[in-house]
Amino acid sequence: MVVLAESSPILPSELALRAYELSTDAVVKETCYGLIVTGSEQAVNETIEELRKLDPSGIFVKDRGFPPGDSRRCRAVRGGGPRPGFHQLEKESAILPSISYGLETIEDPLDVKHQKKRDKLKIDRFIEIIEEQSKEDVNG
Amino acid sequence: MAKILIFPSNSLILSDLVARFGHEPLTLMRVIRKKITEVGIDSPPINVTPEDPKKGLKYAAVDVPSGVRGRMALLDPLIEEAEAAIIVHEADYSFGCMGCARTNELVKYIVRNKDIPRLELAYPTNDDEARVFVRKIRDFCESLTHKAEVLA
Repeated sequence: MVVLAESSPILPSELALRAYELSTDAVVKETCYGLIVTGSEQAVNETIEELRKLDPSGIFVKDRGFPPGDSRRCRAVRGGGPRPGFHQLEKESAILPSISYGLETIEDPLDVKHQKKRDKLKIDRFIEIIEEQSKEDVNG
Repeated sequence: MAKILIFPSNSLILSDLVARFGHEPLTLMRVIRKKITEVGIDSPPINVTPEDPKKGLKYAAVDVPSGVRGRMALLDPLIEEAEAAIIVHEADYSFGCMGCARTNELVKYIVRNKDIPRLELAYPTNDDEARVFVRKIRDFCESLTHKAEVLA
């Protein structure tokens, strides 16, 4: 199962076209989130390897249990309802752009705030903040 | 290449990152695919056989909810094979019924008691956290690679 991050400039249709161009033995199905690639392990791996080159940090891949169109899972046969695994995919798709950004910047040094722990707020400063805030509230 | 148990076991992000950094992710989807597509299905449609509850009984007593034992039957081969583990906390989508909740707790407990390298993280919520998340997984995977090289 190939899932595109929202931040990726690639469209599922472009992925599908590239997969057809490769003409491996894998069967490709275009979906709203990316592609489903089915076939022998070798054919699937070859296809995935080539597809990843289009956007190495924006294309995510995972295994899928049921084959596409399987009557035990296919909504066309079961009469609708949510796609099994939809909630997992929905939740993880939301943070894929961040993961993609994490992959792109993996060699860059982390920001100082991640390297150095912030000091605790001093009690004197805390009292000052409260006083400033209460003055603002009285004046405002 | 180490076999890394990921938790949540169906995670797209973990599965992708582990494979990307050169290891084999142990995922639930692989177990399910093997179960439902192998030749000669004993018990259609999803091939739950009398052997499965026995596997579940390895981990949970007979009076534990059957859902826990059923789930553990699927997770058993993954736990057995695992050479390392990455556990991610606060996964909203792993929230579910009591069977799901207890299975989640049980899997984490078993993995913590197993003598294997383990990385525990929280799901990132923004770009900065995601950078740290990706980096920690990369470093963990690299440490496993170095360990394997030293042992060889």
